[in-house]
Amino acid sequence: MEVALEDNNLMEKVVLTPDEQEMDVELEAKEKKYLRGEGANLETLKDKKLKTQLASREKLYGKSAKAAAKIEKWLLPASAGYLETDGLEKTWRIKQTDIAKEVDILSSRNQYDIVLPDFGPYKLDFTASGRHMLAGGRKGHLALVDMMNMNLIKEIQVRETVRDVAFLHNDQFFAAAQKKYAYIYGRDGTELHCLKERGPVARLRFLKNHFLLASVNKIGQLHYQDVTYGDMVASIRTGKGRTDVMEVNPYNGVVALGHSGGTVTMWKPTSQAPLVQMQCHPGPVSSLAFHPNGHLMATSGKERKVKIWDLRKFEEVQTIHGFHAKTLSFSQKGLLAAGTGSFVQVLGDSSGAYSRYMSHSMVKGYQIEKVMFRPYEDVLGIGHSMGWSSVLIPGSGEPNFDSWVANPFETSKQRREKEVHLLLDKLPPETIMLDPSKIGAMRPSRRKEKPTRGEVEAEKEVAIEAAKSVEMKKKTKGRNKPSKRTKKKKELVENVKRTFPEQEHSAAGKKRRIGGEDDAAAELPACLKRFARTN
Amino acid sequence: MRIKTISRSVDEFTRERSQDLQRVFHNFDPSLRPMEKAVEYQRALTAAKLEKIFARPFVGAMDGHRDGISCMAKNPNYLKGIFSASMDGDIRLWDIATRRTVCQFPGHQGAVRGLTVSTDGNVLVSCGIDSTVRLWNVPRPSLEDSDLSSEKSAEPSAVYVCKNALLAVDHQFEGELFATSGAQIDIWNHNRSQPVHSFKPGNDSVISVRFNPGEPDILAVSSNDRRMIIYDIRMSSAAREIRMQTKTNSIAWNPMEPMNFTGANEDGNCYSFDGRKNEEAKCVHKDHVSAVMDIDFSPTGREFVTGSYDRSVRIFPYNGGHSREIYHTKRMQRVFCVKYSSDATYVISGSDDTNLRLWKAKASEQLGVILPREQKKHEYNEAVKNRYKHLPEIKRIVRHRHLPKPIYKAIAESRAVNNAKKRKDDRRKASSAPGTIVTKPLRTRRIINEREVE
Repeated sequence: MEVALEDNNLMEKVVLTPDEQEMDVELEAKEKKYLRGEGANLETLKDKKLKTQLASREKLYGKSAKAAAKIEKWLLPASAGYLETDGLEKTWRIKQTDIAKEVDILSSRNQYDIVLPDFGPYKLDFTASGRHMLAGGRKGHLALVDMMNMNLIKEIQVRETVRDVAFLHNDQFFAAAQKKYAYIYGRDGTELHCLKERGPVARLRFLKNHFLLASVNKIGQLHYQDVTYGDMVASIRTGKGRTDVMEVNPYNGVVALGHSGGTVTMWKPTSQAPLVQMQCHPGPVSSLAFHPNGHLMATSGKERKVKIWDLRKFEEVQTIHGFHAKTLSFSQKGLLAAGTGSFVQVLGDSSGAYSRYMSHSMVKGYQIEKVMFRPYEDVLGIGHSMGWSSVLIPGSGEPNFDSWVANPFETSKQRREKEVHLLLDKLPPETIMLDPSKIGAMRPSRRKEKPTRGEVEAEKEVAIEAAKSVEMKKKTKGRNKPSKRTKKKKELVENVKRTFPEQEHSAAGKKRRIGGEDDAAAELPACLKRFARTN
Repeated sequence: MRIKTISRSVDEFTRERSQDLQRVFHNFDPSLRPMEKAVEYQRALTAAKLEKIFARPFVGAMDGHRDGISCMAKNPNYLKGIFSASMDGDIRLWDIATRRTVCQFPGHQGAVRGLTVSTDGNVLVSCGIDSTVRLWNVPRPSLEDSDLSSEKSAEPSAVYVCKNALLAVDHQFEGELFATSGAQIDIWNHNRSQPVHSFKPGNDSVISVRFNPGEPDILAVSSNDRRMIIYDIRMSSAAREIRMQTKTNSIAWNPMEPMNFTGANEDGNCYSFDGRKNEEAKCVHKDHVSAVMDIDFSPTGREFVTGSYDRSVRIFPYNGGHSREIYHTKRMQRVFCVKYSSDATYVISGSDDTNLRLWKAKASEQLGVILPREQKKHEYNEAVKNRYKHLPEIKRIVRHRHLPKPIYKAIAESRAVNNAKKRKDDRRKASSAPGTIVTKPLRTRRIINEREVE
């Protein structure tokens, strides 16, 4: 039972109920998220004024994190969706038709199939708020749809192959990768720009914070273009050949390409060499997806495995056997959808590792081209060879949107204001890096100590061992004499030793000076001999 | 099977009538905002640039005097007015809003050296090198003053004659006494024609006087023999004195921390002292290249403004070693007096070129009525700029000031001289036995001695 004791002196002792304790723990866990990392270590500071200033600032951060945690607990209007089964029923056996019976009418409107058999496999893209969708059919059909009231805003037939579609910063502009070039269209279907520089584009993606339109073309070149003033920021020759697997990591703006050799390379516009190269699969990488928190990446290869990678350590976390996913997509809440053939599997990580959550199989002839989760809704959009469909996946979308980040109920005035603010906050392409939290951080001081003599010796030993253990090529036709082999080995070791010469000389020099004052005196010219230092 | 999906009804998330406000929803989750640090940095950069774009500190000049301005006084009860006196004996009351003279107080023969107003704002006290102290009744501002053509002139209500020329005057904060200084320090009452007390600190003239805002009986004076002396007027002799290497031209007490005072010194630095502990200065404020002539604290106690012989006006933080702002014009010559307005928004400088100049205390501040949304945006910009102002790109923009060439060259020269001196001292220290050469910090180096007089 809860007992509130009051001491005579000063303190009130309150014993919490288990419920309250649970709430405290929950709030603390939420607080951690809002604190965004550890506080600074103030013990090492010697400057008292700075210490007090930083201490008061840290206190302020703690207070605001507490307030944000409380707001999240009590004030958010909606809660996340879920699908729970009781007894022996498994969630992945539940069909969309069963779900349709249980949910309300607004949600059931989100389940549909749109059949357009003439215009080829469809690629989809959603705006950041999930309100508008762009569907591009391979045979040239582009359709801009308002998802809230299922209005077709504009559809155009470009009469050319369309390989990919992407929205720019809002629904007013979109880009389509057509047969020879990529084009930018306005919301009313007018062709605004023809992007000739890029060549025949295979994939188009837009980096929202930087206003960069990234594309990879049929030759394997990566292009970044700033769409605010049209400058081509970077064109990078990847050197790895043709690929059409390209995704953007939303956490840090890095573009990842999946190649036919099974490597995944990550690029930033300011360097010609990739940031990271990972060997992910023995065969070609067929698709790629990034978790919104930026730490997880899912790749699938033609050998019927889907692998989940941790991007902080670049290590494999999990392998899922059994199917080869032509398309992968992560939802805002971390569910992974994989589409193969006419079958979509949705995996969830409620138990720590990704396991089967739901599945949906379409009509046998429908070949799935792209799956993409709709932001802020529990909906998965599927683009396939006979049109596009939408299915309900409870628990995939973020239930509470922030009006200043993405507002599905935007008015045109709000949209215009937001565009101006987005442009003011546009980041320069130099801010794309693997770890975005480095911005604003101080560089560690460069006062690296000179390595001690012992350390240098150790390094030298290691290098000599490495040189000695190098495998020599076995030469034929009488060139493989033992004397020549030993000579060559000695040469290698000498080369390695030569890279450590300065230490010896300076160390020896110092020894001489410290050891013998007479030597120092001997070095001076005769007239200065009387000024030589004597102990 | 239990199932729930997100379903949002349009009514909950949009407004009912066009007269309603738009609904705004917040979710502070950091995962919804990727790259928030980079966006914040970008905003800090934009804020720093905008601050520079909007930095227009000069508001206007008040001209009318016919000789250089020697001293100013601010009326504690009337925000719009300021008194100024010039080297030819002309005292004027200015209306800052219209930048016109409201009233003139003629009468002094010769330079007016000190000007002060009583706490209730009714009596103006002035003293000059003609050895007189004059008391004037300050006219109440009324509706007739809006007629700009009339410039009233007043008669002194009392004239007291002394033996020597007087150099400074200051009024007690909560009392009826005022102090004048010249050859000695005299404490007067309004109604008596002879001083009530007298203190003689030495043989040299006393050049400035200041009463403490917190303790009405404590007084700080600075004399020509390089001493700063603190008196308690209830006692017959000085309480404490500090002797420095160069003389202090002016002293100001911190209104929010009345035990601390700052002295404007002849060597170009300002020294802040704790009145209770004088062995070392609390802080040395260095930036002027020539003698600092006058100093005044802001009513918030967080900043003070200094005017110097090198034709510039600087604003310093109360605990910082370097100035946050410098104001200069081609037309402004030697600055002899400065005042910080009582609403902490303006700085007024009086200089040798017979003009009083009005400057904004914060150069990029938007004056006038600001909407709450604008106010929030200004505060946000300020906060985000302060968070990243140590980074090189932003620091370069925030620190950048245009300096007049003589000051720029003088700073470069003094830097070269100081570096050479420092190098020599370092070498001397390095080649002597450790512990023999001790460098005194600047806070104590300039003090010759200090003593507590019993």
